[in-house]
Parts: sequence; structure tokens; C-alpha cells
Amino acid sequence: MINRRSTLKSLALGAVSTLAIAAVGMPSALAENKELKIGFVGVTSGPAAAWGTSNVRSMQTRAAWINETGGVKIGNDTYNINIVTFDDQKDPKRAIAGMEKMAQEGIHYVVGPNVDDGAAAVRPVAEANGIIYFPYAFPKALYQKPASNAVLGMIANYQSGPAIYKYLKENKGVKKIAFVAANESDPLSQRDSGVEAAKALGLDVVAQNDTYQNDTRDFTPVLTPIVALKPDLLVLSGVAPANAPLLIRAARELGYEGLISTETAQDAKVLQEGAGEYANGFISVGGASTPEIASDSMKEFVTRYTKMFGEYNDESNTKVYALEYIIETLKANPKAINDVAEFKKTMDTFSAPNPFLKGDAKLSYVGTTSFGQKRQLSVPMVVNEYKDGAFQTLFVGSVD
Amino acid sequence: MEQVIANGLYLGAQYALIALGLTLIFALMNVLNFAHGQMYVLGGFITYTVYGQLGLPFVVALLASGVTLAVIGALMEKFLFRTVIRRSHREESTMLLAAATAFFFDAVILLLFGEKQRGVPKIVKGVFNDAGIIMPYDRMVVGALAIVFIAAFVLYMQYSRVGRAMRALAQDRVAAQLMGVRVDRYSMIGFAMGAMLAGVVGGLLVTITGVNSGIGGPISIKAFLMVMIGGAGVVGGAIAGGFILGMMESVGLTVLREYGDVTYLVIFAALMVFLSIRPNGLMGKPWG
Repeated sequence: MINRRSTLKSLALGAVSTLAIAAVGMPSALAENKELKIGFVGVTSGPAAAWGTSNVRSMQTRAAWINETGGVKIGNDTYNINIVTFDDQKDPKRAIAGMEKMAQEGIHYVVGPNVDDGAAAVRPVAEANGIIYFPYAFPKALYQKPASNAVLGMIANYQSGPAIYKYLKENKGVKKIAFVAANESDPLSQRDSGVEAAKALGLDVVAQNDTYQNDTRDFTPVLTPIVALKPDLLVLSGVAPANAPLLIRAARELGYEGLISTETAQDAKVLQEGAGEYANGFISVGGASTPEIASDSMKEFVTRYTKMFGEYNDESNTKVYALEYIIETLKANPKAINDVAEFKKTMDTFSAPNPFLKGDAKLSYVGTTSFGQKRQLSVPMVVNEYKDGAFQTLFVGSVD
Repeated sequence: MEQVIANGLYLGAQYALIALGLTLIFALMNVLNFAHGQMYVLGGFITYTVYGQLGLPFVVALLASGVTLAVIGALMEKFLFRTVIRRSHREESTMLLAAATAFFFDAVILLLFGEKQRGVPKIVKGVFNDAGIIMPYDRMVVGALAIVFIAAFVLYMQYSRVGRAMRALAQDRVAAQLMGVRVDRYSMIGFAMGAMLAGVVGGLLVTITGVNSGIGGPISIKAFLMVMIGGAGVVGGAIAGGFILGMMESVGLTVLREYGDVTYLVIFAALMVFLSIRPNGLMGKPWG
């Protein structure tokens, strides 16, 4: 006789059997793959959450893609990528705790931290525990000898700034330049090097001391005196993506008609929502972002990211690279999986095709000119101009 | 200078509105609502969703923000704060609870709305530019609305039955109870109103400053600053505190700009001196 109890029992047995069959039938490669843990220590909460979140999501998207297609072969073994994350809340103390956690988990390659003080704080932990880390922070001391475990994950403002100012001086007739920065270590150091670069180019720096609290919501009082100076170019040094549209909008509403630029990566949708048509002409630095240069793999990455997280973040055009570099370098020298000294050796000669750009672009380590050693990822220095909801390539540069 | 004064007045109006809800809750329940900024953020995101994403009229979005936050506030009072106040006589218990709700809201907002800065289309386009003053029309509208809301709130507290009951509660909780005021009911209404104000101002300002999931904490801190200047638990004090802070910010950012970011340093230093002289702020507590 069929009653409720026996029906439930049959259903449960059926479900268990189906699961068992599915488990047995899974691709053997997936079951046998080893695990390669890659860490992330950075900010994924608070006002600067966009910086770290775009890092983490880029890593998770790429890792899921690799794992889905059978893993990555390094030497004789195939690995699934496992991203281990830690939110340092933009606090150096927490960044240290995060790096210690990575060390305890036996992780040798960590992406982040996202800001200067965090990147400086984790250095002793990384060096003591044999961890190579990829900060998005610009202090040169992190990348110059005797330091050797940090690898800059993006283009520094002292590399892109002079190129942008030179381009705008020669092509847009910029003569007077003004700087405004948040009162925090990263933006202030970026402002100082920007001022230095502008002066070296012979530009007239009309404002360089104006700063704001990073949690400012209304920038009109901050920008009122700067706009009155009528600079040709207003540089938003180290501006967070959350603040960029507010600053642009306030400047334009105050009647500012000159150019506005920054050396940090931005997101087109955030600019569109926050500043609308006021953001047209805004110049920023991106990665493999624009349709002119993005490869099919980059487009697939964007599609997968969007599918996974609901919405793409244009900052990931730069952030997509770090994990790719780690994996490709390990593929080039499998001994580096547990030995960062081998990784460092490989960095000097490493070269691999860049999957995210059209043409024959290469992945390689650079930084010799800026740091005296190859401690920087070669990420395309794409200078973008925002126009009606999308970025357009203004020019593409490179770093050696 | 005209521009500096105009900036200060506009900032003051929006700051005062932010501080009102916080001071109301403090007056009624002696609770420092650390989640006030997060409530503001939630209100902003609701308006962003209803007005910016669904394309419904801005008034509907503002209403949705206010009502949602009022319900959340009422539930928080009934199930969290009332319970804690009943069971614990230590003031820090409610402070810890408020801090916990702030962290909770931060996490939930980040999960629901993501990490990006969000903005909505302007409610009014164009910029006023005359007599040495430049002011976008939408700021003027928001500033005027803020003043209208503040006036309506003051009148409601002064003349309505509910307002009188809440003022009685704020003055002397026990005496009010002995006179027949239903303490639980009016505490819940007060908390809901405080939360509603946070939600409405969040929705109002999303048209100007946008919103992102990380600004709750800084908004709370600024609101506390205003309340400390004006006097905790005093509506007039919160309004005065808002305008004073807005004006100090506007003047400081213009006059002190050559010295770097010292405006808030000066404001905090002045506040320390001021509080050492008048620890209860300008108007003290309770309402008179």
C-alpha cells in the first residue's frame, strides 16, 4: 500500500541515488585536480569597497572559468583555482591580519592590498612568509630594492600622469592645471607626484593644496574656490570611483568648462548615473576596456563576470590581470608553486601572450625604469575619455 | 562670499534634516542610534530603485523610502530596543545593540545593492547664476524641501497629540507614564519617525549626492557632531547644529584652503573647546 511515508522514503532514496550517480559520473579531471590557493587581501566594504570588490570578483570569475574548463595545467599536475579572500576594511592592522591568515593557509601568491598604507603594512609579513603580493598601491619603496616581494598590479599615477598631461598640453592646449585630492595617503601622494610632473612639463599649477574628506557628499564648497581660478585642467588625484561623479558634477554645475582627469580607473555606469552628461570628456586610465582593443577572451570575461555578479565593473579591465600573471608565471616555472624565489627568477624573462588584448600583445613584467627591477605587471596604459555612457580610447601608452 | 554663504545655508539645511531623526530617537529613548547613517543609506537606495531603476515618480520613491524606514524603525523598537531596555538597566546595552544594527545594515545593504556608487536623474535641471551666486535648481529645491520638512516636523511635534505625547516622554518618561501616556506606543512611533526622517533625507539627497553602501558610518558621525553642537535630544539644537556645521564647513573650505585639509581639524578643535565650556551643547536637554 502506498502511503505518505513510503512515498517520501522513495523520493529520498531516488534523490540519493541520483546524486550518487551524478557524483560517479563527474569528469574525473575535476575530481583528481589538485587545488591551488590564491589569496586576496583588500578592501571589500566601506566607501572604497569598489576597489577591492572588483579585484575579488575578477579573480573569482577567472577562477570559475578556469575550473569549469578542467583546471590549469602547471608542470605535470592540473589545478583548480581556489580564491581565498580577506576584507581588510582599508585598515592596515587588518591587512596584516589578512596576510598572516594567508601565510597560515600556506598561500604564496596574494593579490592586494588596495591602498598605500595597507600595502606597506603587510610587507614584513609577506617577506617573512615567502609571499609574493600584488598591491594596487604606488609607493616606490615597495617595489625598489631591497624590497622584492611586491609587484605593482597596475599603472602608477607617476607613470600615467605625465603622459596624460603631456598629451593634453600638446593636443588640447592645457596651460593651467589644478589638483584636488582626498585627505588620505594615496590621493595625497598621487597629487604630489602629479604636481611634480606638471611642473616638469612647464604647466602653471594654480591649485595644489585643496583637499577634501573622503566621506564628503557635497563637493560644491570644496570646488568653489578652485573653479574661480579657471584652470584648463582639473586633476582629481587618486579619486575613488564613488567620489568622481560627485566632483565632476559639482565642478560643471559651478560653471567649470575646462578638462577633468584622473589617473585612477573608473566605472562608466557610475559616471553616467552620478554625473550624466556632465561626465562627457572626463579622462581616466583603464585596462583592456574599449571595444577597439578588447579581445574575444576579454569580452567573454565581461560576459561571465556579468552573469556571475549581475553587473560588470569597468575597474576589472585592469584587475583581471593579476591572477592571469600568477598562473602564467607558474606555468612557465612550475617550481615556483611553493618557492617564490623561483617566481622572482622567472619574472625577469617571463613572456606570454596577452589573452585580453587583440593582436600580439604580451604579458611581461616591467618596472625597470621606475623601480630598478621588474616589479610591475605590464598592463596596457589605456587612457580613456568618457562619452555618453561608455569609454573611448584617447591613446594607449606603455611602461617599461 | 555670497557663494560661500549660499553653500553654507544649503549644506546646513540638509545637515539639519539628517540630524533631526537622530536627536528625536535620543530624546525619546536615550538611545544613540548608531545605525542612523545606515538608515539614510537604505532610504537612498530605495529611492534609487523606485525612481532611478523602476522609473516611478520621485514623490512615490520618497514615500517608499519614508514608509519602509518607518516600518523598519517600528520593528527595531518593538523587537530589539524595547526588549533590551526592559531587560537591561545599563545604557551601553542599547549602544551595543545600535552598533550591531549598524553593522548588520551595512552588510545587508552591501549584499543587496552592491559596492558601486549609485545616482539618479536630476529632479530639476538647470543652474541659477546671478548676483554672484551659482546654485543648481535641484539643490534649491532640495534645500527648500528640507526646510519645509523641518518646519512640518517642528509644528507636528509642537501641536499634534502625538507630538505632545512624545515631548512629554522626552521630558520625563515616568511622569508621562503616570499621566496616562502609553510609553511603548509613543516610543515606537518616535523611533519610526526618526527612522522615517533618515529614510526621507536619504531619498531626497540621492538626487544630489548619490548613495553608496559605505557612507552610513560617516553620515552617522556627522549627525552626532551636529547633535553635540546643538544639544542632544533637542530638536532646535539639531537644526542649529546642522546650520552651524554647514556654515563652518563652507567658510573653512574657502578661507583655509591654502593650508590643506585643516577645516575639519579646526571644527573638531573648536568643538572640543566648546564642549568643555558647554557640555550639553547650545540648547541642552530636555525640551522646554
